[in-house]
Amino acid sequence: MSTQNYEPNMVLSTTEFDVIGTRPVRHDGADKVTGRALYGADIELSGLIHGAILRSPHAHARIKSVDTSEAEAHPAVRAVVTSADLADAGDQMVDLGEGAMPLKFLRGNVLASGKALYRGHAIAAVAATSLHDAQEALKLIKVEYEVLPATLTAPDAMRDGAPILHEDLKTTELGKPTDKVSNVSNHFQHVKGDIEAGFAEADLVIEREFNTATVHQGYIEPHNTTVLWNNDGRVQIWCSSQGSFTIRDTTAAILEMPVSQVKVTPMEIGGGFGGKIPVYLEPVAAVLSKKSGHPVKIVMSRADEFEATGPTPGSRIKVKMGVRNDGKMVAAQAWMAYEAGAYPGAMVVPGSMCVFAAYDIENILIDGFDVVVNKPSTAAYRAPGATNAAFTTETIVDEMAEKLGIDPLELRLKNAATKGTRRADGPKYPRIGCVEVLEAMKNHPHYNAPLEGPNRGRGVAIGFWFNVGLPSSCSMSVNADGTVMLIEGSPDIGGTRTSLAMQAAEVLGIAVGDVRPTVADTDSVGFTAVTGGSRVTFATGIAVIKAARDVRDQMSQRVARIWGVKEEDVEFEKGVFTSNNGTKNSITFKELAKQLSSSGGPIVGRAAINPPGVGGSFSGNIADVEVDPETGKVTILRFTAFQDAGKAVHPSYVEGQMQGGSVQGIGWALNEEYFMNPEGKMMNSSLLDYRMPTSLDLPMIDTVIIEVPNPGHPYGVRGVGEANIIPPPAALANAVYHAVGVRMDRLPMNPVAVMEAIWEKEDVPA
Amino acid sequence: MPTVFIPGSMRELSAGQAEIQVQGSTVREIISELDESHPGIKDWLVEDNRLKPNISVAVDGVVSPVGLLQDVEQDSEVHFVAAISGGCLGGMLAAV
Repeated sequence: MSTQNYEPNMVLSTTEFDVIGTRPVRHDGADKVTGRALYGADIELSGLIHGAILRSPHAHARIKSVDTSEAEAHPAVRAVVTSADLADAGDQMVDLGEGAMPLKFLRGNVLASGKALYRGHAIAAVAATSLHDAQEALKLIKVEYEVLPATLTAPDAMRDGAPILHEDLKTTELGKPTDKVSNVSNHFQHVKGDIEAGFAEADLVIEREFNTATVHQGYIEPHNTTVLWNNDGRVQIWCSSQGSFTIRDTTAAILEMPVSQVKVTPMEIGGGFGGKIPVYLEPVAAVLSKKSGHPVKIVMSRADEFEATGPTPGSRIKVKMGVRNDGKMVAAQAWMAYEAGAYPGAMVVPGSMCVFAAYDIENILIDGFDVVVNKPSTAAYRAPGATNAAFTTETIVDEMAEKLGIDPLELRLKNAATKGTRRADGPKYPRIGCVEVLEAMKNHPHYNAPLEGPNRGRGVAIGFWFNVGLPSSCSMSVNADGTVMLIEGSPDIGGTRTSLAMQAAEVLGIAVGDVRPTVADTDSVGFTAVTGGSRVTFATGIAVIKAARDVRDQMSQRVARIWGVKEEDVEFEKGVFTSNNGTKNSITFKELAKQLSSSGGPIVGRAAINPPGVGGSFSGNIADVEVDPETGKVTILRFTAFQDAGKAVHPSYVEGQMQGGSVQGIGWALNEEYFMNPEGKMMNSSLLDYRMPTSLDLPMIDTVIIEVPNPGHPYGVRGVGEANIIPPPAALANAVYHAVGVRMDRLPMNPVAVMEAIWEKEDVPA
Repeated sequence: MPTVFIPGSMRELSAGQAEIQVQGSTVREIISELDESHPGIKDWLVEDNRLKPNISVAVDGVVSPVGLLQDVEQDSEVHFVAAISGGCLGGMLAAV
């Protein structure tokens, strides 16, 4: 592979700190590389029994009856549950702090009531003394189904006469409720300028239609939970998730109990990427525990993961863009229909906000449709909705550049969004790094390296994701030896224990190894929103900085007391307190820590915040491919990922996020899909058949970190977990075009799709 | 006066106006003022004395974490936008 003669893993750094920007060993590293870290399935409790879930074999069926009597009579069975064990949700709405949704949808996805809406939908559950007994007992449950026709794609579900999933789901049309029962839960628009006038001004208009397949996040550790419904009525949960408080609040809502009655202890998590935010198992295990009197553990199989958890939506998107001969984009229109799966909530809203987000275009019209289909209810997946969207826009922008005879990065630079650009949904951007990412791409040796040989091509693409803030809490106590205990509530997926400890160490002027971070249970730390939206290093980071400043200020007060000086006469820099009143007093953080007990007692800093100032992140890819014209196989020769991190707190972790997101985007682009038969059965629900890329499929993913500091964070952090997944499909599609001359309009671009495109171009019957 | 940008879905309530200048020093005051001249806007945006869960307010391009309590300057731009969540399903349900 041609990864020679240039410098990979660049950090285009803008500001130097003492700790921020360094690459210390992660605090949880030893436990993880030695296998001692405890993941959810590692939990063992006295009296533990095992749960298993009966799932619908049909994609769409009315549940006429469920007879559990034989299963209940099984000697090893301790409890059986169905939806009848959960109270009727009625029309209640549940606000989980990040948005409200009908309780019946949450409950219905946990245990089907009335209808099975996708193959894999949970129907009933059994707890028994062994997992094998539980699985055997499932076979004794008799379910009578009335099988209904299934609808599996957004266009099919939107047609007149399509099978209706929810007889009470009425379309909200441009913000107004209607009486129309359909599979379209919501149709909305973003309007900017005058779209007709914009197209009238254009010299070149390109319009294409795209289809993208349903794909899964593919985390390696399956969903798991262990729940004890204690005799005092408290529910204790041990699980791996992206948000302990989200698990707590959702479970409490479904079980209709106060949140204070539920305690969630986070275990280590083996990947999530958005897929470990929804709740599937906890309420079921809780009721099994209540009925049996035992703690109950449930662990999903890989087939369960594919068929019963939330993948990211498939979509159909039509995009039309107009540009003048001078390269100025003047109009852009999108029609976007995303598959929500069984319940409303496709990622079309953020997708619509991202589809033209990279460009300053005066006239925009976007129509979005949230469409329910007979597939698992979808969940977030890094930058949810944005990858589908960027695939379309960035493909058309590449075609524009070719037809206008303009370099594709120059065309993007000419139209790039900057501070003050008004987005399609209204607000103007604050300081963003779109231009800086594009310039780094243009100046990179990869972009300027020759690419020779037949059937080889180079493609570029960029993407944008908002990132989020949301609440975080933490506390910090100082030990007598000068080390610091940091208690926070963000499950650590990507090294955030260390990225947070580094921010504390930067404030306190101590070594990052002297800060010991712990991700606490929901009884032990204040509310903290999910590890999602690239928010932890940004938002929990601000909480940590604030708590560390609280510690520092209390330490200053203590120094003043010890020295008998005014507090304002004490200065602090790089871990040393000094007096500025003419004396030469000086004491280090560690020296002072020894005196805390005798000078007033322990010091604890704390912070609870919901910060504004989120900084969105732009990313970009340069990809070189070779296409085998006989088989359609796409081989990636070289791949460079660029991303604006704001300030990279731990560059190695940023690079890891960029490489991981790129690989997931590559899998989405080239191989991965839910391959469904007409009845709605996923035919490739194993990791053998669901083809995720491995290291053998890929070259080194080289990274370039661009640092355009976010003014909303004390150190400039933006958040880096998501934007990196957005550009790979478009970059690879553009590379395929430049290799073999076919414009790819569907994902995945597997060998079949590429060959069909080549045959269509050559007018060869498929 | 602050300028409020009216999303397309709400323009029936604003007699088609896309931008309205309105008095107020907080988002809450602005919405109350708007509701005086264009009845229905408050019901559209507010529930239980706070912004509806799937709606955020952006003042001068910055999404506010305090919603109705957010201060607004005299030359501010105020937008009501879809709430982008950390990934919870409910946050993705609606656009404004």
